Amino acid sequence: MRVTRSTAFLGLVLFLAALGVLAGLDATRRSLGAEARFTANRALARWFIFTDPCLFTDARYTRHPSLADRHSPFQDYPLALEHFPSGSLIPPPEHLAAAPRGDAPPNPGSGRR
Amino acid sequence: MTAGSHRHLRIIAYVVGSLRRRWRKNVAVVLVYGFVIFTLASVVFLTQSLRREAVAALQGEPEIMVQQLRAGRHGLTSIGDVAALTRIVGVREALPRLWAYHTDPASGETLLLRADADSPPGDREVSAGAELLRRRGLAVGGVLRLQGQTGEPLDLTVSGVAETATPLESAALLRVSRAAFRALTGMPDGQATDLALRVRNRRELPTIAEKISQAMPSARPIIRDELVRTYASVFNWRSGVIIAALLVPILAFILFAWDKAAGLSPDERREIGILKAIGWETSDVILLKVYEAVAVSLAAFVLGTLLAVAALALPQPLTVLPALLGWSTLYPPFRPAVALGAYQVTTLFFLAVFPYLVATVIPAWRAATTDPDLVMRA
Repeated sequence: MRVTRSTAFLGLVLFLAALGVLAGLDATRRSLGAEARFTANRALARWFIFTDPCLFTDARYTRHPSLADRHSPFQDYPLALEHFPSGSLIPPPEHLAAAPRGDAPPNPGSGRR
Repeated sequence: MTAGSHRHLRIIAYVVGSLRRRWRKNVAVVLVYGFVIFTLASVVFLTQSLRREAVAALQGEPEIMVQQLRAGRHGLTSIGDVAALTRIVGVREALPRLWAYHTDPASGETLLLRADADSPPGDREVSAGAELLRRRGLAVGGVLRLQGQTGEPLDLTVSGVAETATPLESAALLRVSRAAFRALTGMPDGQATDLALRVRNRRELPTIAEKISQAMPSARPIIRDELVRTYASVFNWRSGVIIAALLVPILAFILFAWDKAAGLSPDERREIGILKAIGWETSDVILLKVYEAVAVSLAAFVLGTLLAVAALALPQPLTVLPALLGWSTLYPPFRPAVALGAYQVTTLFFLAVFPYLVATVIPAWRAATTDPDLVMRA
């Protein structure tokens, strides 16, 4: 039988699709196997009272964003610009993002009470 | 007028006509290509402006700053440490500094409190950056309410506009007396935020930093020149990340422009064939296409660059700015002073004009070197 180009192409597509399915099966097997490790990690996190997973290790405020504050990124010198690489990958968490607060004390000198 | 320049003028006159004949295609290419240039130029210009801003802010800082670390965090420094530091050879003077960040109770933004030794305001007074006063709607004589360390409100009278060197300082600086500073931050007497060291010879900075680490193992010496280098690389890194994120749309637009520009339409082919048949040289046709490409890409470059410069002055900054600033968005909003470097503009220029030139001239050259009869029939 003569192999035409379209047959070869179809064969390649089928081969790649089979590889994709195999990769999916392998991932399922591995994640099922890792369940024991996850359980141990969960217990450890509870015991240490961990706040959030550490995704970056370079800056303190991006390491545990839930524990970050409005001041720690700028401690090098007055009005330092934040300069860790992870700073642009994780923005400040919502509870820190600067936004006007309704319960702010009125500014007595501004005439805007 | 020489024959050479006469030839160029005639070709340019023909180019104007030809651009006008295909104005729809040319306008589309200029718009799309101009948008690509605008995106790249915005990132490049903002990066340059921020780098300039960071370096300008550091100009006023001392050569070395010494901070204490407590449990891995920034801790307060004892004023008594000054004596140990001034004993190090090469250190001209060491000054304790009082500065801290303060969360603006009205906006939740991070402000800077500074208590300097020279001409401080009175204990119930504050002098603030012009932009900060403007945003709070305050004038000299007005009252600024801040929150003390224990939560009680502290009213300070605005005694003047503080002198500031950068837009960020203008938006975030509050100068107070030492007593007011301690009331606002709870910093005990005898302690300071950090120590500022003035050094005689800049070449000795690494040696002095090493001696500081030996004399005070818990201290962290910060060398100003190293910070300048850090800022240069971090902003380059961030602009690279942004351009990488924008790469897919940019590439799509480039492909669109390339396709419009590079693929000679049958009309254009026929035109080249006719020009050759009526006696144009191959060099004339190539010159014609070069002029066309330069006109279109230059228009796109000027449009994109001008739009990027105009966007720097918009009241609402582009989304690129927060991405470049990272966590510095916790400060009050500020616009870095516009800084356009010749290097950046030149790079953009070559990025805009050169690929376009190659994309259009090569197909035209191939068409021009083929037999006119074949080209016209194709």
